[in-house]
Amino acid sequence: MSIASTRYATLDAGRNYWGLLAVLAGVVLAGFAGFLHLEHEGHWITGMNNQVVWGIPHVFAVFLIVAASGALNVASIASVFGQAAYKPLARLSGLLAAALLSGGLAILVLDLGRPDRLIVAMTYYNFKSIFAWNIFLYTGLLAVIAVYLFVLFQPALARWTRAAGIMALLWRLILTTGTGAIFGFLVARQGYDAAIMAPLFIIMSFSFGTAVFLLVLAAACRGSGRVLGDALLFRLKNLLAVFVSAVLYFVLAYHLTNLYATEHHGFEAFILNFESLYSKLFWLGQVGLGSLLPLALFYSPKTRNCRVSALVGASLVIIGGLIQMYVIIIGGQAYPLILFPGMEESSSFFDGVVASYVPSIWEFLLGITGVGIGLILTVAGLGALDILPEDLSDPEPAS
Amino acid sequence: MSLDLTRREFLQGAGAAGALTLAPGVFLYAKDPEAPVTDAVRWGLLVDTQVCQEDCNACVDACNEEHNLQDLGRPETDAQWIRKLNVRDPLGGRTISLPMMCQHCENPPCVDVCPTGASFRREDGIVLVDKHTCIGCRYCMMACPYKARSFIHENLTEQLPDAPRGKGCVESCTMCVHKVDAGENTTACAEACHKDGHQAILFGDLNDPDSEISKRIREFGATQIRADLGLNTGVRYQNL
Ligand code: SF4
Ligand code: SF4
Repeated sequence: MSIASTRYATLDAGRNYWGLLAVLAGVVLAGFAGFLHLEHEGHWITGMNNQVVWGIPHVFAVFLIVAASGALNVASIASVFGQAAYKPLARLSGLLAAALLSGGLAILVLDLGRPDRLIVAMTYYNFKSIFAWNIFLYTGLLAVIAVYLFVLFQPALARWTRAAGIMALLWRLILTTGTGAIFGFLVARQGYDAAIMAPLFIIMSFSFGTAVFLLVLAAACRGSGRVLGDALLFRLKNLLAVFVSAVLYFVLAYHLTNLYATEHHGFEAFILNFESLYSKLFWLGQVGLGSLLPLALFYSPKTRNCRVSALVGASLVIIGGLIQMYVIIIGGQAYPLILFPGMEESSSFFDGVVASYVPSIWEFLLGITGVGIGLILTVAGLGALDILPEDLSDPEPAS
Repeated sequence: MSLDLTRREFLQGAGAAGALTLAPGVFLYAKDPEAPVTDAVRWGLLVDTQVCQEDCNACVDACNEEHNLQDLGRPETDAQWIRKLNVRDPLGGRTISLPMMCQHCENPPCVDVCPTGASFRREDGIVLVDKHTCIGCRYCMMACPYKARSFIHENLTEQLPDAPRGKGCVESCTMCVHKVDAGENTTACAEACHKDGHQAILFGDLNDPDSEISKRIREFGATQIRADLGLNTGVRYQNL
């Protein structure tokens, strides 16, 4: 495979292709039916309540948005940092990012108490609100990706590729910072009030986005009968391994800085002492299943050259990432707000106790709708546009 | 200074209409309902925790009735604008009981984070949610340090004209803005507390040095809950 002659082609629209689209459409429709029911009944049919106000939908939505930003990694590495091996994959990187972002945004909108007021959300802005800024950042990224893809598709515009790539890179870094800041700005909440939230979200985006990219690429190649060379696959896997380690490092730094401040000891114990559900999810899910196990698969001599291990590892990173989002979003709310430091509080409004949260089927449907939308857009894009290179096999060794 | 002017105008207006003393600290002003809301006043509440009784729920019941907040038997999602909070010091075991509601912050985090500006603070210090522009994102609930807000999780019936509410929006204590604007100069909770003979809640103008609430704060002092956050709350507590 040589870069200059990369030829792209759409996925063949055979039986399998339409079948996959139909299945995904079914998922989205089922989710939408769930949304209509939720919208009709109100949120009491979900597990969300006045203590845990953001639930499973937000876990999925934030994951998808963060992963979308990270899915652009490959494009940035190719177009900004000039790594030739990734250049053929830049188109897929852009498409996947736009698709995941759309899926995440759809969940956020569908979960609103008044989704019918989307127009209000787009016409009334409070510029002090980081949430309002994020609405701009998200829609802006879609536009930036559209420009980037347009440039990639026009050989005549090749000299603009780097500029468009830089634009996309900067935009997504700001976007992920903004997403992290949604939580970082919540000064009153023990688990969130930390400046490290923003960089943590950036590095999480690299990890989750690369994992999703790797799996989608492998699936698309397999489904369309293309050969995905070991060199490329393992290169992506090695990149993912670095990101997974970096997330682990940042999580460590976050908890260590928190432990330094005595006022945060209560929350830290809640996440670290292995007693609460969130602590178990943290250690077993986020750290064990989502970080250490994939790292072992990626690095250990027995499995590091095994394709299946790479794919399993990437899947684990995604599962671990969702669990990490759960710990951050739900755990941060379940831990009681402290009104009187050092005192015991009680009330009819669950002061002083860990809030309960039992998600219902309706919230999962919302979350899965977003995933479905992301995948359907990806598959449709691959079928309609020349996104995927015809040949991704390893280059012949130089003789 | 324009502020002085508005203030004088306001006092003159109130004086001309005349004030009727209902009970100590409770006045009835026949105020012009069309008069603009200005920052000449800052409405606030003062709670004396020494007087507040642990087994008394009068303020909560009065608020629920005033705004027709119904008990649907789902405590986790039922709206609570005001709740009784019991606080116990593990050292020695002293307990106090106090009403907790929206603290009507001067620098309200709920207003800062609201994407549409639905969460807003009136010039006179009352923090409200505009039910026409709230999209139900609940970011304000994440941001409020006092857990003062409730999301409406279901369809509501039998609403009162003075307290419009609706599924999918967020709401919180309005400091009985309908009463304040009608010149009643009190809130349902303060009224109920007085009626029960406890007089633990006092409503008044924090800007007027001659108001009962200002005098009491001057004489006995009062604290803000989570004063460290620098929100300058309109609800103050004594004997915490
Ligand atoms: S107490 Fe909460 S809801 Fe009330 S003004 Fe302050 S931040 Fe807003
Ligand atoms: S729930 Fe309503 S009032 Fe609260 S932040 Fe969202 S739009 Fe604003």
